[in-house]
Amino acid sequence: MASNEEILAGLAEIVNAETGLDVADVQLDKSFTEDLDIDSISMMTIVVEAEDKFEVKIPDEEVKNLKTVGDAVSFIAAAQA
Amino acid sequence: MSVQLKTPATNAYSRILGTGSFRPDVVVTNDDVCQWIDSSDEWIRQRTGIITRHRADANTSVLDMAEAASRRALEDAGITAEQLDTVIVATVTFPHATPSAASALTERLGATPAPAYDISAACAGYCYAVAQADALVRAGLAQHVLVVGVEKLSDYIDNSERTISFLLGDGAGAVVIGASEVPGISPSVWGSDGSKWNAISMTHSQLALRESVLGSENELLESAVDEPLEEHANPWPTLRQDGQTVFRWAVWEMAKMARKALHEAGIEAEDLAAFIPHQANMRIIDEMVKQLKLPESVVVARDIAENGNTSAASIPMAMDRMRREHPEVSGKLALQIGFGAGLVFGAQVVLLP
Repeated sequence: MASNEEILAGLAEIVNAETGLDVADVQLDKSFTEDLDIDSISMMTIVVEAEDKFEVKIPDEEVKNLKTVGDAVSFIAAAQA
Repeated sequence: MSVQLKTPATNAYSRILGTGSFRPDVVVTNDDVCQWIDSSDEWIRQRTGIITRHRADANTSVLDMAEAASRRALEDAGITAEQLDTVIVATVTFPHATPSAASALTERLGATPAPAYDISAACAGYCYAVAQADALVRAGLAQHVLVVGVEKLSDYIDNSERTISFLLGDGAGAVVIGASEVPGISPSVWGSDGSKWNAISMTHSQLALRESVLGSENELLESAVDEPLEEHANPWPTLRQDGQTVFRWAVWEMAKMARKALHEAGIEAEDLAAFIPHQANMRIIDEMVKQLKLPESVVVARDIAENGNTSAASIPMAMDRMRREHPEVSGKLALQIGFGAGLVFGAQVVLLP
């Protein structure tokens, strides 16, 4: 089971690979769409990569609730628990 | 029992003998689309890879496009319409619930009395029809099957709608499938997932349209309308989709099915000369290429850039174009995979003519 810090670092790597954004820009309070300019298709790619990396299930209907990086970290942490 | 029924003489193998396509004249650019939705050329290109789509004018029908593509496929296959003994049309946009587009097309081509029928499997319709044509030929029920994918999606879209309409184009693609001395169509990998029935769908049923036009007080017309129209809704049913759900399924689930099709065919990705996926969205195509780890030597169909998403027509149209632009793929193997509303999917490895 990964700590929140590890989940954030892992997510940042996934976001970097998908979008080229600097890992340092991927902060808990950042909105995926507003701040990081990630579109819905890239978001889905990030979700599927995160599922693989953290061995969790993130259902389609849950994705729209993951507005910020912090939302995603919390969801993954809870799903791993 | 003293008598024994005769059964058809079977054929060992089937293959595609010829291809043809038809692209209608009206070119719709991203700037045209931006008159109807708040977007930009750059946004559309980045998210879909689409630069233009071709659409049919009011005087060009589903049958007109199907006929044009079919005549080219017959010529390419080197057979006459009289030699056809089955005609299958894959479409979701023929504007008559019955009779079929296939029977009218068969008469237009001069292929009557060949058995003729339509199938409704949306963007997988062409691959479903190829599965059937392959089985019919090998079973000896047919020697030459015409398979047509044709759509006039522009009749079933709302240009102000943002989820799918701007992706869609019109057109027709056709292939002739006949007996072969070598294996030319691998075992079909096909299926459905009705739990995602609503992921790509019409806004409402035809019964809701009838109620909105004729009123519900007419007892003669009374029937169950599952979801009556909202007061100001456009009464004409049009397409819409849940893009994220479809994208996820189309890339990751379909990559699994594509790998299964390669496995069933007994080949590896390295053995392919071409990859001809349904032209749904360039991002889906790119991601599938990545997931399948296709070598750079594999020619990938990217007809969507100029032609948009033409549902059942997209694979045979892209195949016909690829054969002209890349004659080196002729006589080699292509993986084709269709997927769409249902949700449904179908895939085969085919020997290109």
